[in-house]
Amino acid sequence: MSAWPLRYWRDPLLWTGLALVALVLLMPSTKPFFAALFPKLPRPMFDLDSFADLLIGHMLVVAASSVAATALGVGAGVFVSRRAGAEFRAVVGSIVTIGQTFPPVAVLAVAVPVVGFGFEPAFFALLLYGILPILENTIAGLASVPAPLCDAARGIGMGEASILRRVELPLAAPLIVGGIRTSVVINVGTATIASTVGARTLGLPIIIGLDGANLAYILQGGVLLGLLAIVLDLAFARLLAAVQVRRG
Amino acid sequence: MIELEHVSKRYGATTVVEDVSFTVAAGEFCVLIGSSGAGKSTTLKMINRLIPHSAGTIRVGGRDIRELEPAALRRRIGYVIQSIGLFPHWTVARNVAAVPELIGWAAARSLARAAALLEQLKLPPGEFLEKYPHQLSIGQQQRVGIARALAADPDILLMDEPFGALDPITREVLQAEIAEIQRASRKAVVFVTHDMEEALRLASRIVVMDRGRLVQVGTPLELLTAPASAFVRDFVGSDDLGIKLLGVATVAERLRSAASAPGEPIAVTASLRQALSRMVAEGVDRLGVIDGAGKLIGAIHLADLLRR
Amino acid sequence: MRANRVLLLLVLAGLAATPSLAFLTVAANRLVSGVSVGFAALPRGEGAAILLPAALLILASVLPRRRATHLLVVIAAAAFLLLLVRLAGVEAARLAAAAPPAVRISLGAGFWVLLLLAALALGDAIRRLELPRWAGAMVGAAVVAGFLMLLLSGALDALGIVHEYAARRDVFAAAVLRHALMVALALLPTLLIGLPLGILARRRPAVAAWLFPLLNIVQTIPSIALFGLLLAPLSALARLFPALAALGIGGIGLLPAVIALFLYALLPVVRDSADGLAGVSPAALEAGRGLGMTPRQLLWRVELPLALPVLLAGLRVATLQAIGLAAVAALIGAGGLGAIMFQGLFADALDLVLLGVVPIVLMALAVNALFDLAIAYADRVPR
Repeated sequence: MSAWPLRYWRDPLLWTGLALVALVLLMPSTKPFFAALFPKLPRPMFDLDSFADLLIGHMLVVAASSVAATALGVGAGVFVSRRAGAEFRAVVGSIVTIGQTFPPVAVLAVAVPVVGFGFEPAFFALLLYGILPILENTIAGLASVPAPLCDAARGIGMGEASILRRVELPLAAPLIVGGIRTSVVINVGTATIASTVGARTLGLPIIIGLDGANLAYILQGGVLLGLLAIVLDLAFARLLAAVQVRRG
Repeated sequence: MIELEHVSKRYGATTVVEDVSFTVAAGEFCVLIGSSGAGKSTTLKMINRLIPHSAGTIRVGGRDIRELEPAALRRRIGYVIQSIGLFPHWTVARNVAAVPELIGWAAARSLARAAALLEQLKLPPGEFLEKYPHQLSIGQQQRVGIARALAADPDILLMDEPFGALDPITREVLQAEIAEIQRASRKAVVFVTHDMEEALRLASRIVVMDRGRLVQVGTPLELLTAPASAFVRDFVGSDDLGIKLLGVATVAERLRSAASAPGEPIAVTASLRQALSRMVAEGVDRLGVIDGAGKLIGAIHLADLLRR
Repeated sequence: MRANRVLLLLVLAGLAATPSLAFLTVAANRLVSGVSVGFAALPRGEGAAILLPAALLILASVLPRRRATHLLVVIAAAAFLLLLVRLAGVEAARLAAAAPPAVRISLGAGFWVLLLLAALALGDAIRRLELPRWAGAMVGAAVVAGFLMLLLSGALDALGIVHEYAARRDVFAAAVLRHALMVALALLPTLLIGLPLGILARRRPAVAAWLFPLLNIVQTIPSIALFGLLLAPLSALARLFPALAALGIGGIGLLPAVIALFLYALLPVVRDSADGLAGVSPAALEAGRGLGMTPRQLLWRVELPLALPVLLAGLRVATLQAIGLAAVAALIGAGGLGAIMFQGLFADALDLVLLGVVPIVLMALAVNALFDLAIAYADRVPR
């Protein structure tokens, strides 16, 4: 412990992360607090599922869909930024825009009859909704790389694949990471609604609370969700700072 | 027309303009010159209150500018900037008519005025009135900028390095045109530049500034022959002093009578520098001189150029 | 000259989808799953008409890229779309005639995939023709009009989704109006408050320093959580002032939904207002001030017109977002198309779900197209 510099202990990410974990584990023991706050409620503490399982389920579906959305979004973005793929840009844009006009609930609702309840429809809904910000930002990020730079790289004999890996992607990284951040933040929210189709997420207490006018449930789910959102936001801010390249 | 008395500008602890006093009368072409950071642009912008002055008094048309509503003051003063600043979403016609529109002219009158000004600035109205700024070259845009400044016929014209972004040829052409416009309309012009050649060519009076302070005020000839300090002398440029001196004098001043003269004549309004250039290029030691109508009125000899 | 690779890809996808995906599904009644009806079973008689545009599209995918080819694709794709829908209706009617009245015939995955592919091909061809935007919009509108005519003529009546509609006409109409009302009620204050806030944020960095983080936090709150959080204060308010409850202001219903939608719409509008104003040429602003425009004149005559395209882009994002979120608001009793959708979800009736979803998607696409036109018009002069 003494080996860690003091600044680590002041890290907001560390503290909110710890707070989240602590709250998730200790929530049931705050039952008296909620009972006192809402004396009229017969069941002031959500106990249909463990908060830890819900948190893990939530993070799992967000993580899985974000990884897939990143792979597809960045892949498609790179493809349409190349000369070979340029003619596909408009149609790829159309597909993603159409996907965006489908409210996530709608995608969930339509996916259920196809893939059943639970994790799968949530995954597809988040995937579809999460691709657009990543795709848009990948295209914008690659477009922001100054053309003279690529020309110079070509001039010293770098192959196209090398240029992509060593020049374009690093310079486009801030915008791409920004897009992934937007996508993840939106997905954390959308995953909440996925509880309506049986996915295990932190949305479950909120939805059941809404259904039964149980404000305690709503608060419990809401606070945990809020902390999760803050933790992820801080983590991405950290990541963003790490990929910022001084562009001179 | 414009009076600055002990004007200063401070930003916090930094003083960018200190105790500057000078006047500009109607019909004068006053050039503010100095190196970067000398405070000349700041001084200019204090005249139309784009920058409020910290101390001193500025009077325009006899009235303290602090008593006037800023927007009303500025509508009576023409303003041309280096970055031109045409409104991209308006046609040339509407750009030029900007101030007339603000002060309530009828549309027909604004349009007629815009057409007349474009004509004066060598842009055929039929072709240019309905164009948009992005369709014009930089030189054309600045001509429109000048037309816009002149639209409401202000008595004062403020110009902040207006030709700085133009190529040398366009710059020279516009310099000649603005000189002509000023001569014909007798407006008071305050012109900021860091280009000594431009100042010598255009100014009737030059105000030299250095690090926020006024160093010398005088005619181009005075600056060339009697610089107030080493700074002024070096800024004006001592290398080709003689050539510059020739540049500020005209053929009219050294004219001698002659019944006839060989070769191509030179205009009486040309500078002695142009006369020297012609003589050297053509290998002659005299040139005939003609007036505006083309009639021979005399001659100028190489020896006359040396006379003091 | 090379061929249209986009069209080629779409055609290949279509050819792959046709044998492997169901065109229609037939279920004995609403509760059981359906049996697929593939394309191989069709088309006979009238249905054969669709083979012509299909063949033309396949042909066009290998032809060189010329204006004539693109025009051909536009016509063939539009015809294909209309004939596809008609075919679905006709086939459904034929199947329904031979089955008991409780039968449910739904549009299968194959139908939707082919619909999407044909629409993309149409869009691609219109773009390649480089028609002015309004012309492209007219083509789209014509196709939609064709769909509407088919619907109104009763050709599609055998389809499950139309059955569901027929069973609750009034509810549907009310839901559409509710949905649109929710969005409109939220957007009006967004514009009236968001735009000035954006102007303020631009003028005063001190305001921007706390405003944007606050709006960001609101955005990260999942919609359901925000609806839930609004319930408590609004219920308390309704309890304290019963008169409000009489007006319909309570914990559940329209008001919390509208408030939440408004809060979410603020960020894109405020942010894009500020960004749009920031993008205005500083030279034009200096010139405007120097010529004697007052700050208000400068704002209305120069800044706002020049910032308009970005402003509209922000408003578009806000509107599309609101349309989607309004669907979730059904969970707190706000009504709208989301209510129909959730009803179908919980009753495991896909056609009912689609009855809620399809109008939402169409609304969003229409709004998107309108904003596209508006932004293109506002942006017609380069800045």
